[in-house]
Amino acid sequence: MAEKLLEVSGLHASVEDKEILSGLDLNVSAGETHVIMGPNGAGKSTLGNVILGNPEYIINAGKILFEGADITREKTDARARRGIFMSFQSPEEVPGVTLEDFLRVSKTAVTGKPLKVFAFKKQLKKTMAALNMDESYAQRYLNVGFSGGEKKKAEILQMLTLQPKLAILDETDSGLDVDAVRIVSEGIRQYKNESNALLIITHNAKILEGLKVDYVHILTDGKIVHTGGPELIDEISRDGFHRWEESAAQ
Amino acid sequence: MSNTLQKNKIEEVDHSLYDFKDAVHPSFETNAGLTPEIVEQISREKGDPDWMRAFRLKSLEIYNQLSVPEWGPPIDGLDMNNIVAYVRPDTPMRGKWSEVPSDIKNTFERLGIPEAERKSLAGVGAQYDSEVVYHNVREEVAAQGVVYTDMESALKGKYADMVREHFMKLVPPTDHKFAALHGAVWSGGSFVYVPAGVKVEIPLQSYFRLNAPGAGQFEHTLIIVDKGAYLHFIEGCSAPKYNVANLHAGCVELFVEEGARLRYSTIENWSKNMYNLNTKRALVKKGGAIEWVSGSFGSHTSYLYPMSVLQGEGARMEFTGITFAGRGQQLDTGAKVVHAAPHTSSHIVTKSISKDGGECTYRSAVTIAKNAVGCKSSVSCESLMLDSKSRSDTIPAMDIRNDDADVGHEAKIGRISDDAVFYLMSRGISEEDARAMIVSGFAEPISKELPVEYAVEMNNLIKLEMDDKSAPVCKA
Repeated sequence: MAEKLLEVSGLHASVEDKEILSGLDLNVSAGETHVIMGPNGAGKSTLGNVILGNPEYIINAGKILFEGADITREKTDARARRGIFMSFQSPEEVPGVTLEDFLRVSKTAVTGKPLKVFAFKKQLKKTMAALNMDESYAQRYLNVGFSGGEKKKAEILQMLTLQPKLAILDETDSGLDVDAVRIVSEGIRQYKNESNALLIITHNAKILEGLKVDYVHILTDGKIVHTGGPELIDEISRDGFHRWEESAAQ
Repeated sequence: MSNTLQKNKIEEVDHSLYDFKDAVHPSFETNAGLTPEIVEQISREKGDPDWMRAFRLKSLEIYNQLSVPEWGPPIDGLDMNNIVAYVRPDTPMRGKWSEVPSDIKNTFERLGIPEAERKSLAGVGAQYDSEVVYHNVREEVAAQGVVYTDMESALKGKYADMVREHFMKLVPPTDHKFAALHGAVWSGGSFVYVPAGVKVEIPLQSYFRLNAPGAGQFEHTLIIVDKGAYLHFIEGCSAPKYNVANLHAGCVELFVEEGARLRYSTIENWSKNMYNLNTKRALVKKGGAIEWVSGSFGSHTSYLYPMSVLQGEGARMEFTGITFAGRGQQLDTGAKVVHAAPHTSSHIVTKSISKDGGECTYRSAVTIAKNAVGCKSSVSCESLMLDSKSRSDTIPAMDIRNDDADVGHEAKIGRISDDAVFYLMSRGISEEDARAMIVSGFAEPISKELPVEYAVEMNNLIKLEMDDKSAPVCKA
């Protein structure tokens, strides 16, 4: 049996006194790819933020375990060092800090080991080439003046550099053109192996092409109302979320 | 590459580095108050020429007539009667490192001066208390005809007339009370003369700090860059902490002749009880350029507005400055420029950071004279407040006397965004480091103007200030 990575049980979370997640359960094991789909406002992005411990979100009930350890109250940086990563829907701009310096600091923080600088630079160059990112981006300030697509590529670059155990991709495909989606998908495929896991939050099937999806979860009104296999993706592309929204309303 | 390696060193810095002091055993110490007798005594001790003795006494008279400025942050904590104006370590001028007494040497070693020299810096004039004790100019620089010496030697040496001709002509003792005080009791500092057409390729630098409790520091810097010459001069200061009010009233006079260029960089890191009332001014002739890079850290209260007088047609000034005010600090800093000739340009970029109730005030004055047509001036100031207790003010003054000027001003005040901190933390970086990273990034446009070892020092200082939860509050 595959090793359990993430176990979320009975999770209730709110932001500004408004409950967004209302009793959410989710288990992700090593080697698996999970997809979370749902209508706007269902709580998809909240889920990613809560798993990472964004202090803006308050957990009212429930537990989050990672590799068996209770991380419900743990700070974000500690969770990241355990191997949780999220590709942000709208990554922050940080003026004055170059992408390369940032990656070096975070790689050192995540591994807890001093970095081999030459090997790091070499690998960085290679990964950037694979993502079709111009080398000059390494010396640019983090996300500052990056286009939407460049920001998403930079997120995938971070994922490939940090090699997390669990990568949450929050709407990574939004705002990307066809070529960029292809490149980003390729990056995701490169990352994926038998010992790590993906949790892909999306309402678009394009980014999933070429990925072996194990589970598709339908998230509406702060809960997972249905879990199925990859066949659900086509169904949703065709019919939307109508049937689950209705069932949730009943 | 060396840049990255240097930056990685930041984590390893010993925080006590900026916070140590040696036993004081001065050879000579004046009475605490200031009288004509004391000024005469200082003059006698220093072996001043007659004109300088007269200049000091005249300055003292002016000092007694002027009142303390009331337009800036309060300086009531300052009591001149309790300040020992002049303290000199028990050592004469040295040219060789091996001859400098060991405790002084120890202080310098902890500040990294010999190491800096080994890194092929052009020359080191380090001021210890009020007297320069260690001075060295690399031979190749001297061979170019560049004069780099302490002010006392300059006053008596081959360049005595040149010193007399320029000394406190740009900042006259009548300028303000502390300029007058400086004129009366100045001691130590550097004199640099770069002959016409000479380009000094490596920066010259002087590193000084205050050591004796209650000692004021009144060093004078006089730099003359002759026609078509180039110089980068770096002054770095740091001081250990004390609980007696300290005063720094230095004076910097920079003369940039026709077509010459001078880059003047300073990182000041004064102890948290220092009253830093420094006056810096540059006079720029036709086609010349002055470039200021200024980092203001530490001190209890600072008044600092380097001024550039663009006297010749086409003269330029650039000012890049950063100020960091923490708990109990009031730092009033900025820049002034006078466009006195046509087609002159000024470009001012400042950043300020305030934290734990610290107060930063950006104060600037841009003046464009009536005859100075076709001038350009741009001012941009940006403030970052790290909490809601801190304060940031902007007081930009503009006095434009003709219609043919291109003038711009831009001001921004911001806070560290929680979303950015969360984003960095989501990559394994601790909250403290994430905040420090954002602040360093904010300061990056300034640090990139500095030579790498100073940029590293500035990043260290920022990190130090970010961590500093227990800054001592002045008792005075």
